[in-house]
Amino acid sequence: MTGYIIRRLGQALIVILGVVLLTFILAQLIPGGEAKAVLGPKATPTTVAAFNLRNGFDLPIYDQFWRYIEGIVAHFNLGYSYKYNQGVTQVIMERLPKTLTLVTASVVLALIIAIPLGILQVVRRNRPVDYAITGASFFFYAMPDFLVGTLLIIYFSFDLKWFPVSPPSDASAWAIFTDPRAFVLPVVTLCVTSIASFSRYMRSSMLDAMAEDYIRTARAKGASNRRVLYGHALRNALIPILTLLGLSLPAIVSGALIVENVFNYPGMGLLTVQSAFNDDIPVVLGTTLVITIATVIGSLLADILYAVADPRIRLGGD
Amino acid sequence: MPDSRDGPFDPVFNDYESETSLPIGGAEIMRVGEMDDFDVAVPEGGEARSSGGNLRQMGRVFAENKLAVASVGVVVFMVLFCFLGPHLYPTNQTNSQLALQNSTQNAPPGNGHPLGTDESGFDILGRLMFGGQASLIVGLLSALVATVFGTLWGAVSGFFGGWLDSFMMRVVDVLLSVPVLFLLIALVTIYHSSEILLILVIAFVSWLVPARLIRGETLSLRTREYVQAVRVMGGSRNRIINRHIIPNAVGTIVVFATFQVADSILLLAALGFLGLGVPAPQTDWGTMLSNGVQAAGNGYWWQIYPVGLCIVLVVIAFNYVGDALRDSLEVRLQQR
Repeated sequence: MTGYIIRRLGQALIVILGVVLLTFILAQLIPGGEAKAVLGPKATPTTVAAFNLRNGFDLPIYDQFWRYIEGIVAHFNLGYSYKYNQGVTQVIMERLPKTLTLVTASVVLALIIAIPLGILQVVRRNRPVDYAITGASFFFYAMPDFLVGTLLIIYFSFDLKWFPVSPPSDASAWAIFTDPRAFVLPVVTLCVTSIASFSRYMRSSMLDAMAEDYIRTARAKGASNRRVLYGHALRNALIPILTLLGLSLPAIVSGALIVENVFNYPGMGLLTVQSAFNDDIPVVLGTTLVITIATVIGSLLADILYAVADPRIRLGGD
Repeated sequence: MPDSRDGPFDPVFNDYESETSLPIGGAEIMRVGEMDDFDVAVPEGGEARSSGGNLRQMGRVFAENKLAVASVGVVVFMVLFCFLGPHLYPTNQTNSQLALQNSTQNAPPGNGHPLGTDESGFDILGRLMFGGQASLIVGLLSALVATVFGTLWGAVSGFFGGWLDSFMMRVVDVLLSVPVLFLLIALVTIYHSSEILLILVIAFVSWLVPARLIRGETLSLRTREYVQAVRVMGGSRNRIINRHIIPNAVGTIVVFATFQVADSILLLAALGFLGLGVPAPQTDWGTMLSNGVQAAGNGYWWQIYPVGLCIVLVVIAFNYVGDALRDSLEVRLQQR
């Protein structure tokens, strides 16, 4: 298992390095260069040249890339936001925990709901319940996040007044525990799509497990239906869900961006879109880089959990 | 016992990956319908025949799928609605001054406006057609660009193998691990959006999945007996690619492209919703929805539901068509 984890770590590092290169290239692609982005379109050639000299943008490209990596690794320096008059890192670090709690809460909720749904569909296979859940998951899978969020706001905030439209903007990341009411709608919106896809996957994963030889063996030795289902099939069917979870993370984080904008939730996604409107490119690139690294780490954790959960990998020599 | 429709379990797209490819990240979350049986679409068989037999058989299977036929109907209707509709139901959709002279703002349905008007006084029914044009054009073209580019990338990567393959697939891995909307917004911020740029930008975040699929397909086709037989018989590399690999991968490509249209329309809608859609005076469904949502507190439902319905209908329709295409492809394989 150590071998597996080390290999997986190496892969994650390569991807993170690649993403750093990607944001560096994107920064190079800004028409007029970073100077124009920071100083604005009215900057004179002299001020641009001075800016470039001061920040090392006149150096050869590989030197610049080296300085960029060095800045990130040694000083967590992602550039300077002239809009917020703050380092990009500081701006981002205020928001990152909020996005992380939103994503974590909705992933947990999605698993809690999707797994029993998948099991129910297997137990009641090809009965009305199965078809109903299948139909519903198709429907919710096709519903865009922003539409789900909008409809939830209309019904539950405007009509029923059960939940506030958006969480208080000064709420900390922990407010989700102290004042959960404000977070119900964002979390539910974010997990609707995941529930649809997780429960479908759970159903087919469970059905596949039911076709395995060990299920026949268990039945042959007289295990009860219940024991076969929960003791044998479920435990094996859960393992692939972890893989799916790791692979779904980038999509879920994308969904979080939408949800944050629908509910005015002050996380990374809202910051990114606001900065896009402000033409604050350093912040946009910084959030992209940080959220991607967070996603890669999340996927890595899911894969390590997978290795721990699956005895074929845990006990294997490799 | 499982029903026969559930294929063997197979972790996400493992079929398409060799051990050199990272399992990191990935937008290849299976679509709902794909999850039961997604290790299909790798056609077996020899030289692709150009006879109508296969096509006719596929067509028959497709036609048996009522939902798919209805979905084709929905797509055709939407295209006619958006592109032919404005000729039958002409409305002013570009000059808000003019629009205001002839109507009131936020008028409810009725009174010469079957679906009411929006906050600028534009007729909503006409605006659905007008915005739909942008949504459909951007959706279709970006799916086309993404599919062509991804196919080429994947085919080159899979066919040449070696370090080139590793490098090209690393590029895909890196881009796949970036949450797509963040990348999209970064690109839109750097290159201020016009309709053409939106097409290219959406294509840029969408070519990764077909690149992986086609690479896997190429790898597996390359080692098939019939390809090796051609090689043994002295068939040239060109013949192998043109007569065997490409025709046999066409199914996968077409199925992917269909799904991608739905995804591209959704991506554009998301961008529009965030206020980063096609620039005024043009509009798109996402932008319309975004405008409607801002007025949601006032109860202007006609600014939200029709456009929401349009997005969902088109997306579901393209997904069902893609599903049915894949099924009919699969049947062609089974019956051969």
